[in-house]
Amino acid sequence: MDLIANHITHRFGDLAVLDDVSFTVSAGEVVAIVGPSGCGKSTLLSILGGLLQPTSGAPELRGSPPADSLNPLTFVFQDFALLPWATVEENVEFPLLHTQLSATQRRALVDDALRRTSLTDFRKTYPKQLSGGMRQRVGISRALAVKPAILLMDEPLSALDSQTRELLMEDFVRLLADGGMGAVYVTHNLEEAARLADRIVVLSRRPGRIREVVTVPMTRAARGEAEAREKLLALQNQIWSLIRNEAIDAEREVQHA
Amino acid sequence: MLDRAAGESAKDTATRRVRFRGAGFVPASSRFGGWIALALVIAIWQAAGSVGLVNALFLPTPLAIARAIYQLAISGALWQHLSASLLRIGVGWLLGTAAGIAVGFAIGLSRLARSVGITFISALFPIPKIALLPLLILWLGIGEEPKIATIALGVFFSTAISVYSGVDAVPRNLIRMAQSFNVPFTTIVRKVIWPGALPAILAGFRITASVALLLVVSAEMIGAQYGIGAFVLQAGNLMQTDQLLAGVVILSVFGLVVGKVIGWLETRLLHWR
Repeated sequence: MDLIANHITHRFGDLAVLDDVSFTVSAGEVVAIVGPSGCGKSTLLSILGGLLQPTSGAPELRGSPPADSLNPLTFVFQDFALLPWATVEENVEFPLLHTQLSATQRRALVDDALRRTSLTDFRKTYPKQLSGGMRQRVGISRALAVKPAILLMDEPLSALDSQTRELLMEDFVRLLADGGMGAVYVTHNLEEAARLADRIVVLSRRPGRIREVVTVPMTRAARGEAEAREKLLALQNQIWSLIRNEAIDAEREVQHA
Repeated sequence: MLDRAAGESAKDTATRRVRFRGAGFVPASSRFGGWIALALVIAIWQAAGSVGLVNALFLPTPLAIARAIYQLAISGALWQHLSASLLRIGVGWLLGTAAGIAVGFAIGLSRLARSVGITFISALFPIPKIALLPLLILWLGIGEEPKIATIALGVFFSTAISVYSGVDAVPRNLIRMAQSFNVPFTTIVRKVIWPGALPAILAGFRITASVALLLVVSAEMIGAQYGIGAFVLQAGNLMQTDQLLAGVVILSVFGLVVGKVIGWLETRLLHWR
């Protein structure tokens, strides 16, 4: 199943946020979206996931999702969006409650998702008892439980410290390794984009337009090797040179807002 | 020159402890402080009454009040008055709470209900509900109904306001999360909005319990044969200040018990906080 951004334009009142953004995320592909602050990255992701109506254009799907997918487009949120009154396993089970699945089937899916995110031992704990990294694992586990075709990740690591970010990044690389699941990954962090994405969509300053789509010239598996690091760094520098001046302007604009 | 350098060097090696400046401004209380202060006030009050510093007609001693409560209890009058008040509070509070929760949720969830409901609530909430009792007596007769209706009205508005405020305060990211998983509206209300609004609803219960207590006493003072309010009024008219204060103490204990019950409910239902 492909996800298509078809000429998406969006305004919040008089404020133009996105301007004619078009690209396609093919099945199993990971596309990162980067750009200066306020360029509409998160807005674009909300539109792609059907949580926000664009002013014009539309998000579209092509092809069928995998037969066992319960929620083909599934979000992983920056702030985790966990129910604080529910335990880890209740949070993971939450999106399954309204499905036709039996309790046994739900339990199997929850167990599998918890196992894949190393949360089995924490199933009875509440979110407030967990660290930020563990909370985001619960968010990822909940997303995996519905067997998504495409993960929509809105800066999923930005609220975490650098060590936790590194550990979760390794998890993302592992989860996306087999190409069975695609992702749209919104981030400020060019290193994350370069490590995870097959292609990087670079947006301009507000209103966000596509400045360039950069293809990462190596497989994700190869990116862990020592000689790949130089190439990835060069790629990050290339993208940074594209957005640096606009990022400075955007920061000044925010400060003067 | 050399002497001065040696003097400075000796000064530099001397150590002194950094003064602690972080004391106070902590919202903590001593465990028994409140009880000790209360016991102290009662003891002073009792002593002042016993030595004749205070006229017992104007302020009976704590022992006299305790004796009055004991007499009321063994005569059966206490249960007669208390049960009448409890029945009115119980029925009125339940009716007002049920209606307040329904209307509060409607306002919190529906744009139309919000536009209509908030207008009416803003207009009617400030009216002292006891002022409506004569009108309610005209409409409903002189039995229990107008007293219960007065309590229900008072409870209704506070409950509706706390419920829709609670619904409004449910983090929008949780609702968006549920929508992103295609969770149906009713499940979002049951599994996200209800538990999310519960802290505000329970906080509202504390307020409505006080409102119900205030209104039952006022209503019973206006027109009732039995009830704590009627009892306090009769005692005042007869200058039986020990009986009057016995009624006040009973109301205070009732308020404390209700507060404890709500506290217990909060501990049980909001353990995740």
